[in-house]
Amino acid sequence: MQFDEPLIFERSSPGRRGYSLPESDVPDVALEEAVPAHWRRDDLPLPEASELDVVRHFTRLSQRNYSIEHGFYPLGSCTMKYNPKVNDATAGLPGFSFIHPHQPESTIQGALSLIYHLSQAIMKITGYANCSLQPAAGAHGELCGVLMMRAHHVKQGNPRRKMIIPDSAHGTNPATAAMCGYDSIEVPSSARGTVDMDALAGLLDEDVAGLMLTVPNTLGLFEQDIVEICRMAHDVGALVYCDGANMNALLGAVQPAALGLDVLHLNLHKTFTTPHGGGGPGAGATCVNETLEPYLPVPLVREEDGAYAWDYDRPDSIGRIHSFYGNFLNQVRAYTYIRTLGGEGIERAGEYAVLNGNYLKERLRDAYALRYDRTCMHEVVFAGLKEKAEGVRTLDVAKRMIDYGFHPSTVYFPLIVPEALMIEPTETENKDTLDEFIDALLAIAEEAQTTPEKLKEAPVSAPVRRLDETTAARRPNLRWEPPSP
Amino acid sequence: MDYVPHSSADREAMLRAIGVARAADLFHDIPADVRHPQLDLPPGLSEPEVIRHLNELAQQNQNVQSLPSFLGAGCYNHFIPSIVNALILRGEFLTSYTPYQPELSQGTLQAMYEFQSMVCLLTGMDVANASMYDEATATAEAALTACSVTKRAKIVAPDTFNPTTLDVLETYAEGREVTLERVPAFTIADDGALRDNWDAVAAAIDGETACVVVQVPNFFGWVHECQELAETVHAHGALLVVSADPVSLGILTPPGEYGADVVTGEGHGLALPPGLGGPRLGLYATRKKYLRQMPGRVSGMTKDIEGKRGFVMTLQAREQHIRREKATSNICTNEALAALAFTINVSWLGPAGMRKKAELCLAKSHYAAAQIDALPGFAVSTPGPYIKEFVARCPAPVDAVNAHLLEHGVLGGYDLGNVRPELDRHMLVCVTELNTREDIDRLVAALREFAN
Amino acid sequence: MNIPEELRYTKEHEWARLEDGLCVVGITDYAQGELGDIVYVELPQPGATVEAMGEFGVVESVKTASDLYSPIAGEIVAINEELEESPELVNDAPYAGGWMIKLRPTNLDADWPTLLDAAGYAAVLAESGAH
Repeated sequence: MQFDEPLIFERSSPGRRGYSLPESDVPDVALEEAVPAHWRRDDLPLPEASELDVVRHFTRLSQRNYSIEHGFYPLGSCTMKYNPKVNDATAGLPGFSFIHPHQPESTIQGALSLIYHLSQAIMKITGYANCSLQPAAGAHGELCGVLMMRAHHVKQGNPRRKMIIPDSAHGTNPATAAMCGYDSIEVPSSARGTVDMDALAGLLDEDVAGLMLTVPNTLGLFEQDIVEICRMAHDVGALVYCDGANMNALLGAVQPAALGLDVLHLNLHKTFTTPHGGGGPGAGATCVNETLEPYLPVPLVREEDGAYAWDYDRPDSIGRIHSFYGNFLNQVRAYTYIRTLGGEGIERAGEYAVLNGNYLKERLRDAYALRYDRTCMHEVVFAGLKEKAEGVRTLDVAKRMIDYGFHPSTVYFPLIVPEALMIEPTETENKDTLDEFIDALLAIAEEAQTTPEKLKEAPVSAPVRRLDETTAARRPNLRWEPPSP
Repeated sequence: MDYVPHSSADREAMLRAIGVARAADLFHDIPADVRHPQLDLPPGLSEPEVIRHLNELAQQNQNVQSLPSFLGAGCYNHFIPSIVNALILRGEFLTSYTPYQPELSQGTLQAMYEFQSMVCLLTGMDVANASMYDEATATAEAALTACSVTKRAKIVAPDTFNPTTLDVLETYAEGREVTLERVPAFTIADDGALRDNWDAVAAAIDGETACVVVQVPNFFGWVHECQELAETVHAHGALLVVSADPVSLGILTPPGEYGADVVTGEGHGLALPPGLGGPRLGLYATRKKYLRQMPGRVSGMTKDIEGKRGFVMTLQAREQHIRREKATSNICTNEALAALAFTINVSWLGPAGMRKKAELCLAKSHYAAAQIDALPGFAVSTPGPYIKEFVARCPAPVDAVNAHLLEHGVLGGYDLGNVRPELDRHMLVCVTELNTREDIDRLVAALREFAN
Repeated sequence: MNIPEELRYTKEHEWARLEDGLCVVGITDYAQGELGDIVYVELPQPGATVEAMGEFGVVESVKTASDLYSPIAGEIVAINEELEESPELVNDAPYAGGWMIKLRPTNLDADWPTLLDAAGYAAVLAESGAH
């Protein structure tokens, strides 16, 4: 059953009460004496609702969402794999969730041990010399990584000016470079979908601070020249940053450090199954080789004779990037996941992610335009329908997936593929689910020819139809307004 | 256990469909000499084994439920009702993606809209985003936004601001031609009492100043006067950024009423338990005229093609996936689930509950302050009104006092010697609605014993 | 596609018209069609100066944002304030109600001849495969 749920403000009624807080057990303090009049607020028009009102409201809102637990979520570049429930159980243990970051180290040895061993496990999976779990998200990890590259160049005497970024890159890459004071220089992709090596050679000089590459790249392809690219960059003193958004494909297959990539960020919420939560909290890790190790943000956790401590004694550190040590409770989830899988499980995850990706590619290639006809990694990018239908766009194909019970795949990214349709199945989907999805996509391709209106009008089975995004942006309504008195 | 569901028959069928003999053939683009390294990781664990292991680690930690705690300094133990966890752990919220497909994300989008509304109402501002990583990064982004808006490069901050936030701001400012001036906004008297030196902040403002960032209540717990400061800031064409504790806004005047241009804040105290300081919840609200410069995602109300109310992510042209190097920020998540928790809790509290929570903090912290001030060798200094945190001067270094308290089963307050060496005898004591009188009396008794 | 004869154009799809010693600037019919529904136009403060082919603002649709380039150098003396409330004017009447800025030229004699006439702009569009 679907409910049209009003705003919580519209469920409010004066005097209704949901909260339950203790009566004061200390002498009263007169507010008038403790806080001067000009510091006391007059009104606070928040909703007034009973506890059941609140529970029902948010339960109904939840039913207006799609999630991994509803069904297949084939969002390319997002790695929407199963988020194991045991991770939530361990993250909810009071010994993790109720510890205060300023507690004496002697009282949080278990937490520090977890951080230390999670870092060690990540270093073993990626091959790096050290890592920080302080970033609260992937883009935050990216910022951390590029600031470290900058710190390295400053230490060499010149921060340099330019950052080379492929035209297929995530938008965060140029945005991060800009935040760190770098000009983005775009390097085009070749006909094979990877970095155009001649173009790259022409761009590299001693004013280039680094390259930002996604491996495998956003087309789902492994940069076959990656070792050479790193060598060319290092020859002019530049560093190579690896956006690890697609690390799921590489699990057990290769350690990015072994390819010559100097710094890598991971999205723990992609590769290591911490939940996306409707857009966060995520969790990032930034991993570095020996060159960049001195610049990691403070603090790290060090171990000495079985005791763990915060380590602030890092004179070349870029400083702090978060109030404390990142999204610790998501670190607990990622640690639980890695311990559950173990080395073999990690390898299997990567292998099956790639197997599923290639299976979808082969089964869909007759109906959708394969952009680069070669083995893909964990995801595949099509340039829309193979047989174009008048007036039907990739957006329509995506919206029609909803009526077949699937979340739409990523569309219009990467920017260099016209009508891009980007599908990432992940390893936790079984063959039956993939086959159902394939059947749906084949049926949609058929409909595009026979009954295109079904695509143009989709979705018809979601809680709402297509929404007017133009008016939303022209005349933004971003908040509820209390009725004027 | 690895959550990979394939049977060997599935695997064979899929390999056949792909046209390769072995899965290893799919990895040929990776250089052979580094392909498939041996991962030196321990073997996988079954669910009961992994739970046992994590339980053992968790039990090595004391926590603010197992011991009375008087720690605050940026991370607070406030009451989070049972409904919050019950609702945010629903898979529909927990395992959904960023709501780029609005038709399948109305729950998250409506909750974001309600969250934005609550942040506006609490802070007295026009618009708010759907949250940022934490207060520190929200404040850093606010200050840098002020630099872009004013095309100026000097950020002024009193040293009564949370020093960690200022450290993060400095990290964020690296690579931009921006300077942070930390103004001495308090002094330490001979007897160790703290004195307000607020006029120094206004004096530091000049024609190069992009913004002044102030914290209300400040890091030490007291409230500085901001009305006049706001006038000085604006007279110089600069912006006022106020980092406000949303719990205190249950009773305090909203910063929008005294001239704030951007309000940031740490919302975790109304959303999530301390969790070693993460996840957190950065609040960011501003005036309508700065809407287009605001970083972070926002949800807007609109209609579908049948005229039915719905919500979408809007003003996306500011964001990294469209503007790329010209985006307002590189941020591409928010703390959606934490923002949802905040929205649920604030709905449950309502105006009366918000006020009651703040009043309980006020009464209990004043009780604790009075008791500690009466102890021989201890003195409380509070140069302005305070809600839940105050500074207590101790007869010995705080680390020694805290070691004694821990022996008596109490987590003492924050050692301000970490901030300034000359404050090594100053303890920042935090008292919330979760501290009972019994807890406070136990703290006071242990302090008395220490003094003797 | 409407390309008025009396206007001058840039390759970046801005148009320019001289009017009482001032230069009025907007984006072309083709540009507004490519952008789709325009939701916001960011314009400079009057008094600002801009170089020939310097950026003077940004035009946003729901899913794109494009920089705006000034056809000639000058001082901005007026902006179209109606666009604040009604950015759709750029879609509805790109050469009239959808104008964006008025400039007082500082180097007109040098700048004006560099601009395309209607035929030249039409040729640019044809070359880029515009339909």
